[in-house]
Amino acid sequence: MKETLALVQRFSAHPDSRCWFVSWNPTGTLLASCGGDKAIRIWGREGESWTCKSVLQDVHQRTVRKTAWSPCGNYLASASFDATTCIWKKNNNDFESLTVLEGHENEVKCVAWSPSGNLLTTCSRDKSVWVWEVDEEDEYECVTVINSHTQDVKHVAWHPTQELLVSCSYDNNICIYKEDDDDWECRATLQGHTSTVWSLSFDASGQRLASCSDDRTVKIWKEYPNDCTQGDVCWKCVCTLSGYHGRTVYDVAWCWLTGALATACGDDAVRVFREEETADPDQPVFFLAAHVSKAHNQDVNCVAWNPKEVGLLASCSDDGDIAIWRFQEEI
Amino acid sequence: MSAGGRLENENPVVFQRSGERLLTASEEDEEVHDPIDDREIFDLIRSINDPEHPLSLEELNVVEQVRVKVNDVESTVSVEFTPTIPHCSMATLIGLSIKVKLLRCLPDRFKIDVHITPGTHASEEAVNKQLADKERVAAALENSSLLEVVNQCLSTRSI
Repeated sequence: MKETLALVQRFSAHPDSRCWFVSWNPTGTLLASCGGDKAIRIWGREGESWTCKSVLQDVHQRTVRKTAWSPCGNYLASASFDATTCIWKKNNNDFESLTVLEGHENEVKCVAWSPSGNLLTTCSRDKSVWVWEVDEEDEYECVTVINSHTQDVKHVAWHPTQELLVSCSYDNNICIYKEDDDDWECRATLQGHTSTVWSLSFDASGQRLASCSDDRTVKIWKEYPNDCTQGDVCWKCVCTLSGYHGRTVYDVAWCWLTGALATACGDDAVRVFREEETADPDQPVFFLAAHVSKAHNQDVNCVAWNPKEVGLLASCSDDGDIAIWRFQEEI
Repeated sequence: MSAGGRLENENPVVFQRSGERLLTASEEDEEVHDPIDDREIFDLIRSINDPEHPLSLEELNVVEQVRVKVNDVESTVSVEFTPTIPHCSMATLIGLSIKVKLLRCLPDRFKIDVHITPGTHASEEAVNKQLADKERVAAALENSSLLEVVNQCLSTRSI
């Protein structure tokens, strides 16, 4: 069985600038993109092709680095180099800016919603991770500022079902946080990468976590709850994918429908890895199932699996383009 | 950035500038594919101004042609630069200027790596990591005062 990534469509999303990030809404019907032009664009399917449904601009003063949809799909949060995070509310096909969260000292690098939608996390160049609580009146209050990293925090992600938070940083480490008496604290520091960790992705069960790095590797971490003394959080690196990536790996995405693992790389390629089903779960083996070497004309910054449509993958690049791919068995 | 205070390196050694590049017959022939070579990259960066001296990076021996490596087929450029002193606080700014110059002049297909010559700076690893982080470079270039300093380094000097 041979698998391929087939191009469905390629379109210019942020002309004359970078496209930094793409994210699907929970129903997989809309794709949000953001970039160096300070704008966010919402893309939807019309017949066979993807078209721009709305442009969200004039709120952020600098690059919009990442966006995240709330679990209900009614809100979009955007993290910007202007040190703020904006919350946008979806109103039919339009989006209005609801509130702007301030507090970070400099560039906000990432934003993520907890699975319940009651908590929002942001992280910044200022080395901190903030947890915000959202109430019924759409009011946001910062409940914790965590300073566990010693450098620029690149990415934050929530566990798919639990209130467990992870972050990764320019300090080469990954931190795992849990709430303890209204206070969020780092309960485990995962060391192993030898340079900046750019992104993280949980698998569907939340028992494993993939990380990607400037050291050109991807690591798979697995939770070992039985190895812990009470209250501990125990994660171990069970697999390192090395030798596949020619430059920095900027993003990794674990598909919750198929288990396939996609990577975005500074060598312009998009790769998809599959797991050997017969391997020992404590020593998993991943193989390269598909590889598009010139997926984009420049660095690939992000890969995102559609949450509902099996095998549909979006990627975006420094060249300002978005590409939509279908990962499938070769016909 | 250099305004006020003493110069870090008051009496730098000044090196001779290279002569003009001689064009070969095939380079002048429009029909022949002419890949970008080390000397062309060197010509782009050798006139960059030092942030604190009225001298070019070539005259201070911060950049040398032998430390420029280009592979046109693979679209990669690697430049090593040598700070004038091992504690030079301008190292990141100089590296950033070289990177910005090449980003502006070369086709988008090129991957540009700018490093400190191994063993020539106390914070070599930290500076290299900073210069390799495109997110931090992008954020730096959105800072108008920093961009102004970089543009000054890249401006053509009036003698």
